[in-house]
Amino acid sequence: MRHTKFRIAANRIFQGIIIFLSFIIIVPLFLIILHIVVNGISAINWQFLVSLPAPMGEKDGGIANAIVGTFIIIIISSILAIPVGVLSGIFLYEYKNSKLSEVIRMCVEVLMGVPSIVLGIIAYLWIVLSFGSFSALSGSIALSIMMLPVIIRTTEETLCLIPDTLREASLALGVPYYRTILKVIVPAGFSGILTGILLSITRIAGETAPLLFTSFGNPYMNLNIFKPTETLPHLIYVYATSPYKQWHNAAWGASFILVVFVLGLNFITKILVRR
Amino acid sequence: MNKTILKTKKLSAYFGKEKVLKDIDLSFPEKKVTAIMGPSGCGKTTLIRCINRMHELIPGATITGNVYLHDENISALNPILVRRKIGMVFQRPNPFPTMSIYDNVIAGYKLNGLRLPKDEMNTIVEDSLKKSAMWDEVKDTLHRKGSFLSGGQQQRLCIARALAMKPEVILLDEPTSALDPKATSKIEELIVELKDTVTILIVTHNTAQAARVSDFTAFMYVGELIEFGNTSKMFTVPDNKMTEEYLTGKFG
Ligand SMILES: Nc1ncnc2c1ncn2[C@@H]1O[C@H](COP(=O)(O)OP(=O)(O)OP(=O)(O)O)[C@@H](O)[C@H]1O
Ligand SMILES: [Mg+2]
Repeated sequence: MRHTKFRIAANRIFQGIIIFLSFIIIVPLFLIILHIVVNGISAINWQFLVSLPAPMGEKDGGIANAIVGTFIIIIISSILAIPVGVLSGIFLYEYKNSKLSEVIRMCVEVLMGVPSIVLGIIAYLWIVLSFGSFSALSGSIALSIMMLPVIIRTTEETLCLIPDTLREASLALGVPYYRTILKVIVPAGFSGILTGILLSITRIAGETAPLLFTSFGNPYMNLNIFKPTETLPHLIYVYATSPYKQWHNAAWGASFILVVFVLGLNFITKILVRR
Repeated sequence: MNKTILKTKKLSAYFGKEKVLKDIDLSFPEKKVTAIMGPSGCGKTTLIRCINRMHELIPGATITGNVYLHDENISALNPILVRRKIGMVFQRPNPFPTMSIYDNVIAGYKLNGLRLPKDEMNTIVEDSLKKSAMWDEVKDTLHRKGSFLSGGQQQRLCIARALAMKPEVILLDEPTSALDPKATSKIEELIVELKDTVTILIVTHNTAQAARVSDFTAFMYVGELIEFGNTSKMFTVPDNKMTEEYLTGKFG
């Protein structure tokens, strides 16, 4: 009997410790989000979202250029990274043991570990210098390289989880190999692949470093992908390090929008994973 | 004598260097049920996978010898065509999870990109589901996902999917080993009904099942064909001592 009592007590103590430790981790996280929300919401109103930054000293500026720029860059990065990433993932799944697969896997590992600023420098050397101008395109290229490893990995892992019996079912019906992959295997892994894509977007949405020497920044609205373009992370960086109170507020507002966007994507991803 | 539809000549199968089927000579009679029996690992699955050229899809797997369908060497045919003529049902029911019941049945056409008029598709789906004895159970839920069905229903759906291609031969690899007795007897009834239209090869571990459904039985042991003959004869007076011992449960 004493034995049982002791176990129950030990159990309680462990539970207590675990709850306490989780608390220590969660509290700062909550504080950060709370801080952003409190400071951010006060900066946000309709006109903050739809107007351009006001010249120094004037009131009622907005961050429309950065919101639009961020979306443009995310869209171009996705257009570049999704086809390459998904196809590479399918390739790795199909040719698990080939030499080329091993090389690709190694590249993926390396890419995962490359600091984002290095990718920015590379895009600067290759794209910015050869085009002679900072541009949304160069920033997108840097970011799409960051997206690749996430997409490739999740695609491969998702496809590997699909039972072989499914592929056999299709082949046994006389369906050729490539149609089996495209019409049976990939649809079966669709939500997993989509999850990987969304994850990779959350990974890049807040990146600042690679944009510093690529898309740079732009106080005006710009839709030309060959011209410098403002983005939310870059705007936050510039505003937050400025000495002006008004810009600090705008930085909080932009942070809030970015956080909402990223959390929203995370939320969608979670729902997809659960299905 | 029965007409032969399918024949193997000195058929051997390998995984890499390992020879798992040894010079099998077999003739399968048309529109009959042939049971393939033998202890685990003796090569039953490998044998039927050689017949629809699924064996060669495994990396490193090869065959020597020949398989003939209507005296035509199948290795000279397009494997895709062979698999359409010789359907297969697996041990575990494997309907396509993303497709509805209807789409599962018609999958062989859709996945191959064969376009059929709507009413022709409807007819094929209805006929196949009737043949696999599940039309009445699912006719009102044709557009629900196939993965909601019970295990036995899923297996009959897989049979319907194979039948939809109008194959001449159907290979069943232990089709009931994952099912309960009730679902099993339903599938056994179905097999007996189907033999009017198709030739059936069924791998089974269950001697009683082989006795109930099959006309002929092939008994294999470590990659070799030990005995082939009339089921009723083999189950009463087998030629081979080993067959007798296996059938009476002395080993296996
Ligand atoms: N993919 C594979 N790679 C290598 N060897 C294999 C593979 N599949 C089967 N084998 C070997 O081939 C032999 C025959 O296997 P097979 O699956 O045909 O047996 P089986 O009679 O169907 O057995 P069971 O009754 O257990 O299903 C076995 O010795 C097995 O180890
Ligand atoms: Mg087997």
